[in-house]
Amino acid sequence: MSFTREVGRTTRVMLASVAAFPSVFRSRDSRRDFGVQLYKTGIGTLPVVTVVSLFTGMILALQVGLELRRFNQEIYLGAAVMVTLIREMAPFSCGMCLAACVGSAIAAELGTMAVNDEIAALEIMSIPPIRFLSAPRILALVLMAPVLSFFCCVVGTLGGGIVGATQLGVNFEQYMASAMSIADVKDLTTGLVKAVVFGLVIGTVSVAQGLATSLGATGVGRATQRSVIISFLLILMLGYMITRVCYQ
Amino acid sequence: MSLVVFENVKKQFSGRKVLDGLSFTIEKGEVLALVGPSGTGKSVTLKHIVRLLEPDSGRVLVDGVDVAACSRRELESIRRRVGYLFQSGALLAWMTVEENVSLPLRECTDMPEDEIDRRVAAALEAVELADAAEKYPAEISGGMQKRAGLARAIVRDSDVILYDEPTSGLDPVTSITIHRLIRKLNRDLGITSVVVTHDLQGALGFADRLLLVKDGKAVECSAPAEFAASENPVVREFLAAMKGEL
Repeated sequence: MSFTREVGRTTRVMLASVAAFPSVFRSRDSRRDFGVQLYKTGIGTLPVVTVVSLFTGMILALQVGLELRRFNQEIYLGAAVMVTLIREMAPFSCGMCLAACVGSAIAAELGTMAVNDEIAALEIMSIPPIRFLSAPRILALVLMAPVLSFFCCVVGTLGGGIVGATQLGVNFEQYMASAMSIADVKDLTTGLVKAVVFGLVIGTVSVAQGLATSLGATGVGRATQRSVIISFLLILMLGYMITRVCYQ
Repeated sequence: MSLVVFENVKKQFSGRKVLDGLSFTIEKGEVLALVGPSGTGKSVTLKHIVRLLEPDSGRVLVDGVDVAACSRRELESIRRRVGYLFQSGALLAWMTVEENVSLPLRECTDMPEDEIDRRVAAALEAVELADAAEKYPAEISGGMQKRAGLARAIVRDSDVILYDEPTSGLDPVTSITIHRLIRKLNRDLGITSVVVTHDLQGALGFADRLLLVKDGKAVECSAPAEFAASENPVVREFLAAMKGEL
């Protein structure tokens, strides 16, 4: 499949799914599926997101703190960790976790349904797969990504504080005061917007790859792999673009 | 007028001709069995009737409407009339049998709950699966999954059912049960049935006509007795091969 055709198809999946968001609440089955997707996306990824964000904050604090110590500026550790997390690292790590945990699962699930003729069966029953399968999954990602990103930021900041207090001699209260002094609405909004965009991209890419699956088990594996790779690349590229638009 | 008409339909996949000028008709109220060697385009033929595939050239008409050229609304109207039983049953794994069967009614109609329950119960009764209503697809056998798929196909009062290998992978007793069901649905509800099958012996028993497809072309289309007595060398060869397998 050519690159332009694939981009066109993925864009159509995104537009049709967004247009179908209101229908997620229409039928009992859709509402139930949406609830399951919210749980899988939010609660299901919480352990991974917690570990990733905790260590992200700890690594950031250690790296930045060692440099700041050279200039006796450890008091700014909280601010440095917070600004990095809130603007970039929280939505980025959260996006990576969602692409790896949720996006891959969506691509594999829909891919398996495609090769088992379940997607074709829905089409014949005049139940659009975009409305029935795609919209609840993408909407769950769009809603949960900013929540998880905020959670990531909180846990990462705490992780940084622990490293600061135990290894760099920075008082925890001082660290938190420094962190809170730098956090502003624009940074928070930018981070959350990034998370929403990443959620939309991960959901769309995973659904589009899953629905286009053919060639049995090999095809399912390929669709899963492609959904993760494409999501990772788009998260990086869009992260840069949003930063550039918002801060330059 | 014939219910379904294939007019010189051609279809290729990656340069390989699967359908090569296929022409035949399906009459209202009949049971037509599509037989032939593997890879000759029988399932592909079935998929053209509901536009899961579109022909490269030629036409497929359902009640006079060109399926490949019709509007989305016309297609939905055709699909509403057609039930499709896939080889695997194609049940949604996270729903019970009952929920799978009720899905087209819940999602595509404004039918009241009690009417949905009544129809689902009747459909499950018709395929002798009332006891498995609360089970998930993974908890029932392959034959039961196919019968559940069949219940889903008939729950909307379809007047045409397309069966894609309904007995593949099933034991002979279950296969006979499925054949009887096909015949019963045709007799009791007047459902037109098109059955893709490798089970020639079974098809000679339940079908009104058999269509032999080879190399993407219709070789012979006749009633079971005529088919079995055909002098067409391709039919003779196919019958001999099937007897050899049996």
